Amino acid sequence: MRKLLKYLKHYKLESILAPFFKLLEAAFELIVPLIVASIIDDGVSGGRGADYVVYMCLILVALGVVGLISSVTAQYFAAKSAVGFSKELRRDLFAKMQSLSYSQIDKIGTSRMITRMTSDVNQIQSGINMVLRLFMRSPFIVFGAMIMAYTISVAAGNVFAVTIAVLCVVVFGIMLITIPLYKKSQSNLDKVTAATRQTLVGVRVLRAFCKEEEEIKQFNERNGALCASQKFAGLISALMNPLTYAIINAGTIILIYCGAVQVNSGALSQGEVIALYNYMAQILIELIKLANLIITVTKSFACAGRVNEVFELPDAICPGSDSAEKRSGHYIQFENVCARYTGGANALTDISFTAEKGQTIGVIGGTGSGKTTLVNLIPHFYDASEGGVFVDGFNVNDVGDAKLRNMCGVVPQRAVLFRGTIRDNMKWGNPQATDEEIMRAIECACASDVVSAKDGGLDAYVEQGGKNFSGGQRQRLTIARALVKKPEILILDDSASALDYATDAKLRSNLRDLGYNPTVFIVSQRTSSIQGADKILVLDNGRLAGVGTHEELLKSCELYREIHYSQYEKEGA
Amino acid sequence: MAQLSKKNVYKRILRQLRPYRAWIAITIILALVTVAGNLWAPIIFGDIIDLIISAGNVDFGGMTYKFILLGVVIAATCVAQWLMNIINNRITYEVVRDIRAEAFAHLQVLPLNYIDSHSYGDIVSRNIADVDQFADGLLMGFTQLFTGVLTIVGTLVLMLTLNWIIALIVFFITPLSLFVARFIATRTYSMFIATSRIRGDQTAFVEEMIDNLKVVEAFNREEANQAEFDRINEDLTKASLKSIFYSSLTNPCTRFVNSVVYAAVALSGALTLIFPSVLPVTFSVGKLTTLLSYSNQYTKPFNEISGVVTELQNAVACAARIYELIDEPAQIPDAPDAAELANVRGDVAFEDVTFSYDPEKPLIKNLNISAKAGQRVAIVGPTGCGKTTLINLLMRFYDPQDGKITVDGQDAQSVTRKSLRRNYGMVLQDTWLKSGTVRDNITIGAPQATDEEVIQAAKAAHSHNFIMQLENGYDTVIGEDGGNLSQGQKQLLCITRIMLCLPPMLILDEATSSIDTRTEMQIQNAFAKLMKGRTSFIVAHRLSTIKEADIILVMKNGNIIEQGTHDELIARGGFYYQLYNSQFAK
Repeated sequence: MRKLLKYLKHYKLESILAPFFKLLEAAFELIVPLIVASIIDDGVSGGRGADYVVYMCLILVALGVVGLISSVTAQYFAAKSAVGFSKELRRDLFAKMQSLSYSQIDKIGTSRMITRMTSDVNQIQSGINMVLRLFMRSPFIVFGAMIMAYTISVAAGNVFAVTIAVLCVVVFGIMLITIPLYKKSQSNLDKVTAATRQTLVGVRVLRAFCKEEEEIKQFNERNGALCASQKFAGLISALMNPLTYAIINAGTIILIYCGAVQVNSGALSQGEVIALYNYMAQILIELIKLANLIITVTKSFACAGRVNEVFELPDAICPGSDSAEKRSGHYIQFENVCARYTGGANALTDISFTAEKGQTIGVIGGTGSGKTTLVNLIPHFYDASEGGVFVDGFNVNDVGDAKLRNMCGVVPQRAVLFRGTIRDNMKWGNPQATDEEIMRAIECACASDVVSAKDGGLDAYVEQGGKNFSGGQRQRLTIARALVKKPEILILDDSASALDYATDAKLRSNLRDLGYNPTVFIVSQRTSSIQGADKILVLDNGRLAGVGTHEELLKSCELYREIHYSQYEKEGA
Repeated sequence: MAQLSKKNVYKRILRQLRPYRAWIAITIILALVTVAGNLWAPIIFGDIIDLIISAGNVDFGGMTYKFILLGVVIAATCVAQWLMNIINNRITYEVVRDIRAEAFAHLQVLPLNYIDSHSYGDIVSRNIADVDQFADGLLMGFTQLFTGVLTIVGTLVLMLTLNWIIALIVFFITPLSLFVARFIATRTYSMFIATSRIRGDQTAFVEEMIDNLKVVEAFNREEANQAEFDRINEDLTKASLKSIFYSSLTNPCTRFVNSVVYAAVALSGALTLIFPSVLPVTFSVGKLTTLLSYSNQYTKPFNEISGVVTELQNAVACAARIYELIDEPAQIPDAPDAAELANVRGDVAFEDVTFSYDPEKPLIKNLNISAKAGQRVAIVGPTGCGKTTLINLLMRFYDPQDGKITVDGQDAQSVTRKSLRRNYGMVLQDTWLKSGTVRDNITIGAPQATDEEVIQAAKAAHSHNFIMQLENGYDTVIGEDGGNLSQGQKQLLCITRIMLCLPPMLILDEATSSIDTRTEMQIQNAFAKLMKGRTSFIVAHRLSTIKEADIILVMKNGNIIEQGTHDELIARGGFYYQLYNSQFAK
């Protein structure tokens, strides 16, 4: 939390003024019992008469007005700094998230990042708002009431001090005990949720294996555990109200007795006893508010901790260095590259190959053989754990991510489009692209029919994720998006899987005729997509099982032959 | 979904509460005790203050008696309040447990039709979030509504007896704070709507960009995104400042009204004391103290009750959604004389089967298929032709509207669902694993299997190797929906599951779609062994699987338009021939 407090620095004044005005309000509230005492002692008993009473009551109303004004002012400043805080926090958080590396993204997971950005930040915002409003006020009232009591009578003040101490022990003790209990019942609730979800998602399999009774049994166990933990937590928190009530009343009884003794000796007046009685009542209300505040603050702290985890991730964007030397004579070179995902086994082991400018490289292999990992190393989406990846002669660690990614056009496996028009989406590749350039890229990606079929052509609206396009249409548009960029290196990661053979073939022939002659990596499960490549890399379990052209590999590589013949009948057969 | 009228919902809630009626009676009595104690204590305090008049004029004897009385009242109030809280918790949480158990058990017998046509999120949120909301409403209702109403009535009566004139003043000024609160709430409502709309925009934007962060980074889109984000963020900041500030006015304003009430009580009380003869009431300083403390408390239950009422309305709406789920008709239960299907040979036949999901759109009409024991039946056809529907019917996830499906000549609807399903082994394209260990998932169909049998099955399905590479081998816990396994690995586990329990009939719906072709070929051998002597229904896109089938059923628009072996169908040159050329050839 402390680390996040820097976001308040633009709102320093507001963050000081808010509690200040809150204190002002509280101070006016503390005067009220004194005035009531004076009404009784001076007005009623002292015989100063009706005029005095009216005057004093007007002061009461005036205090209310002043209290109202300061309180409203405080609310304004508190809201302003809390809202400003969360604005700046969100902005930086979003910027940080955009700078995460692929492996960091994998590790955190998108749904968690979204939660950090939305509900966690909101929780922190309301925590700050509450703190600014109440954190000063409640203790001020509690201790202020005690001090006022001391000014009336030392003995009464002592009664206050003891009562407050006991109340604090009880209120915070109960909270300390119940917070972990509530956490536990929350995690029990999560289990009940998971059980409900599981029975729905897996309904076909569960019913196919006749698991209905077992599911009910498992659910009832979890449901019972939830109920038991809730009841147990409730048992203890149910003590809060009766106990505080008992303590405050016990304190009041002692207070009044002490007061009576002092009135009897002439040290106090009746009105002053009433004032003490009123102060005691104020304490209880504020202490309960304080307890609620602490619950909110604890929650905010937990959220702040989670948000901070994101900020504490090491910076992943690689700025590049000018002093780097050209280290390789090949356009692209992998030198004994290994790659591994956090905590996993090697996804790639000892990969070495070279590619020259303008070549087409095919990458093929089974599920999980490391094809995607391999091509993701080229734009430095992941770090190689061993060995070196060189692009244009430079190690990718030295090139600088922004420059490298400008060189590469990537078509990912999952074809995603963004909300906006088709043109907006195409301009991701190059914000300055003209319609003509865009249309040329679309044509090349065999997507002209997709655009012309939609109302408005390039202005046709794309829904989130591109839901209003079929898988094949999306794939072609994502290819076009990468082509708008006119990249030096084009990476197609299994991005023609939803295309029929004829379109796939047409696409490949178009790619060969691009004027700017990019180096193309094609990842595919189908040998038909890569058999024209200058070089084919065959991956098996993260290792290179063969390198060569289609014809060479058919002769030399057992695995490649198997893959090929599993898709085609044996030639000549 | 059946709409429940509000009245019916109340009836249902009452029925749900019936087992707890003794507890409810007790809690009401305890609430009465608590409120009475709460109201009585200030009176005693007032009486005590009247005994403290001035120096030398304090009645200690009378005070001792009052203090003892006070102690007893307070102790009784505390105990009653504690017991009441415990009982309220108990009623609420147990009712919630009952409802959830009932709803969950009902999910097990709901027809697939219902589950398929509702989003999981919706059903889950009914059983979790709605029930929780209902519980909150119930608990607040129990704890605050009773005591709130009792307190208001009690306070009013007592104030009237203390000084009816001041009581009337309080009675008429206090509602002002409710009006103020109401006024602010209605004015800020539109601001909250605006804020949550902008927040929705922001969340949508964040979701879209974070979800596809990899693409964003690949295209160096960070700056453009940040600019757009800042724009929305700025709007959000403005809107939420407004809504937070204006709504936070409620508290200061109602507090102000309260302080006016307080001043009015002080004024009128003091004046009554100064001019005792003017008004026809007897009054004392102690009574004024009591009145002041009442006027401080009097508004609290009003605010609470207005909160409770909205909460309760919400709770009733949530209860309605839960009861709708519970009332949803269950699937038709097995006939009481339903036989257990046993010793299956594997003759399966569709006889004049007619079925559709939606009566408006007929799908399958008078379908006849006959598969002899041990035959391999492949089903091919374009998307939406009814392939998956056949599987739904075979497994009795859905029942035909007309005609029947027989297994070994027995009508599938005349045997128990469980015995029917036990005789099928099913692997679906849409792989699903339950959370638990790898072993739990493999043994789901054969819980008694030994480790050796499990490993043997895994080896046959070619999953043994990757399982051994997992952190804890067969004891590795996989999360919900298979967690960190790849689609292909999940599919291999689903196949292992079937390899272990070896049922007499098989259903393979694109069972190897996510597995690479080489592993698939290896598994095919295992499948071939498995399918020997077992009737199997195969939906597949890959040629090799289909070509070796004994019968290929070519489906289009819910009908079988061609059937025969691969060679026969190719020779015929019909739809299959076209499909084959477009999909499977180069």
